[in-house]
Amino acid sequence: MATETPAAPAAGRKTNRINLEVPLYRGGKSTLCAGCGHNAISERIVEAYFEMGVDPNRVIKLSGIGCSSKSPAYFLGTAHGFNAVHGRMPAVATGAVLANKHLCPIGVSGDGDTGAIGAGHFVHLMRRNIPIIYIVENNGCYGLTKGQMSPTADLGSRLKNGVVADLPPIDLCALAIQLGASFVARSFSGDKKQLASLLRAAIAHRGTVLLDVISPCVTFNDHEGSTKSYAYAKDHDDPLSEMTFVPFFDEITVDYEPGTTQEVTMHDGSRLYLKKIEEGYNARDKVAALGLLHDTAQKGIFATGLLYIEPDRESFTDLLNLVDTPLSMLPEAAVRPSREVLDQIMEQLR
Amino acid sequence: MCETLIDYMKRYRMDKESGKATFAIVQAEDELASIGMALGAGWAGARSMTATSGPGISLMAEFTGLGYYTEVPAVIIDVQRVGPSTGLPTRTAQGDILSTAVLSHGDTRHIMLIPNSAEECYELTMTAFDLAERFQTPVFLMSDLDLGMNTWIADAFKYPDKPLDRGKRLDAETLARIGEWGRYRDVDGDGITYRSVPGDGMPSYFNRGSGHNSGGQYSERADDYKNNVDRLARKFETARLWVPAESVDLNPEAEVGLIAYGSTHWAVVEARDQLRDEAGLKTSYLRLRAFPFTPEVERFIARHKRVYVVEQNRDAQMLSLLKLDVTPAQTGKLRSVRYYTGLPIDARSVSDDVLAQERT
Repeated sequence: MATETPAAPAAGRKTNRINLEVPLYRGGKSTLCAGCGHNAISERIVEAYFEMGVDPNRVIKLSGIGCSSKSPAYFLGTAHGFNAVHGRMPAVATGAVLANKHLCPIGVSGDGDTGAIGAGHFVHLMRRNIPIIYIVENNGCYGLTKGQMSPTADLGSRLKNGVVADLPPIDLCALAIQLGASFVARSFSGDKKQLASLLRAAIAHRGTVLLDVISPCVTFNDHEGSTKSYAYAKDHDDPLSEMTFVPFFDEITVDYEPGTTQEVTMHDGSRLYLKKIEEGYNARDKVAALGLLHDTAQKGIFATGLLYIEPDRESFTDLLNLVDTPLSMLPEAAVRPSREVLDQIMEQLR
Repeated sequence: MCETLIDYMKRYRMDKESGKATFAIVQAEDELASIGMALGAGWAGARSMTATSGPGISLMAEFTGLGYYTEVPAVIIDVQRVGPSTGLPTRTAQGDILSTAVLSHGDTRHIMLIPNSAEECYELTMTAFDLAERFQTPVFLMSDLDLGMNTWIADAFKYPDKPLDRGKRLDAETLARIGEWGRYRDVDGDGITYRSVPGDGMPSYFNRGSGHNSGGQYSERADDYKNNVDRLARKFETARLWVPAESVDLNPEAEVGLIAYGSTHWAVVEARDQLRDEAGLKTSYLRLRAFPFTPEVERFIARHKRVYVVEQNRDAQMLSLLKLDVTPAQTGKLRSVRYYTGLPIDARSVSDDVLAQERT
């Protein structure tokens, strides 16, 4: 892959392992509301990609429609981006990844984009285990059209105008786990440390990452009575574990007492240490994860952190047995069979 | 159709050294997704296609508009059957012509290629891929059920004699030549701009279905919007010179011209013989092979006093597209022969209808 060698950084400037500086990971100025949870998520994305030393030239940013879907413009300004139609970013991402399996896709969606108009595509993306980081910036409402209820609004949650959610919410994490996503986590845009660790681990993962981030809408859903407000999320955030992520390029070892911590080795050799807060929780146990999501939802709390991980599940690009060269870069000789092949086919049809 | 393709691909598109696939085939959840995947792959620089029939084309309308406006290549094959709605799903028609030409909301125009035989299905599909990349836009191959789902006799297909046309891709040399690159900057004046793809090491851009300027940045400015859609119209004009030319059989003595397309061709060939042998009516014949039309169509209409457009739908869909294109004087010459029972059109229906109209 042709990438330019970056110029030597100025003395004293912080660079990452591929010698790039932070500004290269930033994007345009956000046009979202001041205090919007989505802006905090964009900041964490900038940090995580910088710290992991991901080449922005290899990243593709994808989104659908909505406030959340504007945010790819606010990070990794030099990466390619694709703002698709409402709810159908998973389809575009699938095509792009198959065209070039060496790209690192990050998709940003919202609870309406994913849970309503795009639900049909979302479920199939999860099934296929496409290598992608799929972030849902979940605020329980349609912020871009003045705050109507979305399908992730909790039963009984009240909108600013008094409307109360009277249908059960879609739990995107439970759906993703059930359907086969291989890295499923929930976080809160206000939990800087947890979100940062999850994002770095997500970058190390190969397969579908579903990261459902409670990201309050300061304009339409941040009041008393809402279950997606900053105050509610802060009070009801129930972290499963304390996460320590050690990227493959770090030599650090983490000591822990046996039985207190779950260690997960990831696809690229990075390690994840999950110091248990929730008694006996095992992030590789699908049924336990679904049980926990059900129980915590009943109590009105958000279980956050890494809910489920299957680091070795075959990704879709592996399943399709694709050649190493990206399909998009194959020379004509590789994609146009010979004259003899056509003759052979014609002979068979005779 | 896909199953046959999968068989061929598994046999002929595996890398010999590694035994790995140089292709990817996905059974998508629906047509909304299949066109989305095709566009995602097209945007990322691969050649991509999907195949469907009328109901699938309806579902693809939204994404087709995105492909048109953001200028992303993809090939869509429409094996037309009888609509509207589920219609007669096992019967044939040419009923998607008008709606596909302008598929999606807003001002759009799409390139359509229209094969009349198994040979042309093969040839024009290759052309469709070239044109999709040359014009950076979704291109439709308008087959029909009669052609697509019956067994036809054909001559052996010819091996392509031209390399693939990958269109205007930005590279270091082009970048040096044109100086400043903008994704939608019309450097050459033909409406076609230079594109980069993820991973090619060239400057990136943000592909967006919202308003954008020549640099690809978000814009709601009146002049940016108008300049951009005017350029898209200019690009469509350029396509007239690139699409497969009409096939024309001129009879210098004929006052009557016939225009047809696709599988209607075979009935027209026989109908011309009937008209000549039974009624002494000499005719010329032009077979459309693409939309937009080449300048040949206007010349053909100009040479004749009356021109019958023969097609397999109720509403004279191709005639409507012709009327948008030709001069008012020429419009007056156009007449319509339509056949829409779900069965393939037959010669007698054509010759009877033409003669009836000739006598009035």
